[in-house]
Amino acid sequence: MTERILTARMEAHPADSHTLARYEATGGYTALRKALGEMSPADVAAEVKASNLRGRGGAGFPTGVKWGFLPEDLRPRYLVVNADESEPGTFKDRILLERDPHQLVEGIALASYALDVHHAFVYVRGEYPKPARRLQRAVDEAYEAGYLGTNILGSGFDLEVTIHLGAGAYICGEETALLNSLEGRRGEPRIKPPFPAVAGLYAKPTIVNNVETISTVPWIVAHGGRAYAAIGPERSCGTRLFSLSGHVNRPGDYEIVMGMTWRDLIFDVGGGIPDGKALKAWIPGGASAPWFVPDEHLDTFVTIDDCAAAGSMLGSGAVVVMDETTDVVAAAHRIVKFFAHESCGQCTPCREGTTWMERILWRILHGEGRPADLDLLLDVADNISPGLRWPPAMTTICPLGPSAVSPITSIMRYFRDEVEAKITRGATVG
Amino acid sequence: MSSPIAHWDPEYQRRAATIVERYPDVRSAVMPLLYLASLHHGHVTEEAMEEVAALTGLTAAQVQSVASFYTMYKRERVGRYLVSVCTSISCFLRGADEVLAAVEGATGVVDGETDDEGLFTVEHVECIGACGGAPALQVNYEFVEGVTPAKAAELCRWLRDARPEVVLGDEMQLLFGGRPSFDPGAPEPEGAIAPVPAFGPYGSARPGTGGGR
Ligand SMILES: Cc1cc2nc3c(=O)[nH]c(=O)nc-3n(C[C@H](O)[C@H](O)[C@H](O)COP(=O)(O)O)c2cc1C
Ligand code: FES
Repeated sequence: MTERILTARMEAHPADSHTLARYEATGGYTALRKALGEMSPADVAAEVKASNLRGRGGAGFPTGVKWGFLPEDLRPRYLVVNADESEPGTFKDRILLERDPHQLVEGIALASYALDVHHAFVYVRGEYPKPARRLQRAVDEAYEAGYLGTNILGSGFDLEVTIHLGAGAYICGEETALLNSLEGRRGEPRIKPPFPAVAGLYAKPTIVNNVETISTVPWIVAHGGRAYAAIGPERSCGTRLFSLSGHVNRPGDYEIVMGMTWRDLIFDVGGGIPDGKALKAWIPGGASAPWFVPDEHLDTFVTIDDCAAAGSMLGSGAVVVMDETTDVVAAAHRIVKFFAHESCGQCTPCREGTTWMERILWRILHGEGRPADLDLLLDVADNISPGLRWPPAMTTICPLGPSAVSPITSIMRYFRDEVEAKITRGATVG
Repeated sequence: MSSPIAHWDPEYQRRAATIVERYPDVRSAVMPLLYLASLHHGHVTEEAMEEVAALTGLTAAQVQSVASFYTMYKRERVGRYLVSVCTSISCFLRGADEVLAAVEGATGVVDGETDDEGLFTVEHVECIGACGGAPALQVNYEFVEGVTPAKAAELCRWLRDARPEVVLGDEMQLLFGGRPSFDPGAPEPEGAIAPVPAFGPYGSARPGTGGGR
């Protein structure tokens, strides 16, 4: 069974996996050749649908289904690849951009052909100039070799690719904020509907997909959607890149078939906790995700649905590990501070609420907490995400606000005594 | 009417034209033009925003509203070396606050400030996508991963003494970095000449001669 789809080339050819020569020498662009030569656009879309590929940007939405939402008769259509990657803990799109950019370029060409798109954009976060340079060189090489531009490989299919750099705003990873940003506006999320597939970039039908999602398309077209669907568990099929960080012996990006347990992922793949310390908690899918704890979740399966059932999400595949020495109030504060900083400010509950939650956590952390602060924290959180349920309800346009609630509900649920102890101790000291 | 950037040198004028050409709608050129203008002026000055407005048919107020949304458009003076220390969760767990303190100590510049000489600007930033190589920082948006407080301080002193024309990620990583997020593979020939992301159309990327590998 294939276990390396996205990272096989960079593993085997570390010195030049990013070049056109190596890409072609290892089977690159044969899927594009096959698609343009023998397949209709609908055939390509059908393979992606059959693959059961679920989006790797966070929400896990089935890619083939999303592609099917484009209205039949509206043109032009756009494809926008989301390379904003800013969810704390996440660094998996970066490796794909730096180490195998042609895989993404071929995926863009295939997706564009399938979707009748003639201008595709890649929105790369501003702090990624090196990945953007690597991608631009690949795009330039692809134009030169006839894989992009006009009349690609003599097929009559034309495609332009533009790389656009962001400028330091996490919210631009949210697809409608991204589209506003790409239009030269403030990166504020739009109210949905309309969804981008109907009215996206310049109000035209637009598909937004993550870098990893699109990078998977060449393999799917080369080997067939059914072959992809056969890898791993049925509803979380295929391989996926996980970014491991925090208190783990071997942090890094790992491509794995979903379906192992968290124990396997943290202790086998990640090499366990440094210095023989005990595991205290981990974030399974980026800073937005509610935390998991060893007593309850080590044997939970690493699949999209199992994580959702256990009250969290695989999100962006970012696993942040915390050992027994971690001050959970400090960790939660750091995460809430991130969301307070990144709130776009449109919605009052998020703009005000994230700031208040940050301040309350700060004072608890610094021995100035008050007994009423616990209820106050939960009350503010409830104003952003009523009921504090999972998946979260929200009073906001986008899920950024509810994301800031995750660390708070997590520490209240699993470490309430530690939070209370900080307040009591603070009160006696102060 | 003469071009709003008639006083720019021809190379910059050419870059502005190529940027505008890349988009179906000229308004989309606002963000890249803000980078280009900030390279030209040193940071996003009032004049820079007026020029971008004239190039895109927007008002200066509209451009300002865009520029003020994004943290990487610096509307105040920035040093030649912008040192951005990540203090988000994964870096925090691995000692980022101590790295920031060491950078402040070695440069004599506190978080958010620029020195009188205009050599250093120091800032703390949110996650930069180098969490596997935590704690991490960037100099002019080029990565240095797996640093320690001591190595980060050394890096700053080296920048002060060597004053590299081109800031190269590989070179800094080799001299001052530790474990990176992932094997970087091939060396990267280009780096940054200014505190603007070193990416083609802005002209802030330049091949360098530094150590690398
Ligand atoms: C606050 C916020 C930030 C997001 N950041 C990213 C991101 O950095 N990269 C990404 O691909 N998707 C991000 N998303 C998800 C996108 O909105 C969108 O669902 C995704 O790009 C679709 O691609 P996919 O279907 O291939 O997963 C974010 C969503 C939210 C609400
Ligand atoms: S948390 Fe520092 S790079 Fe991601």
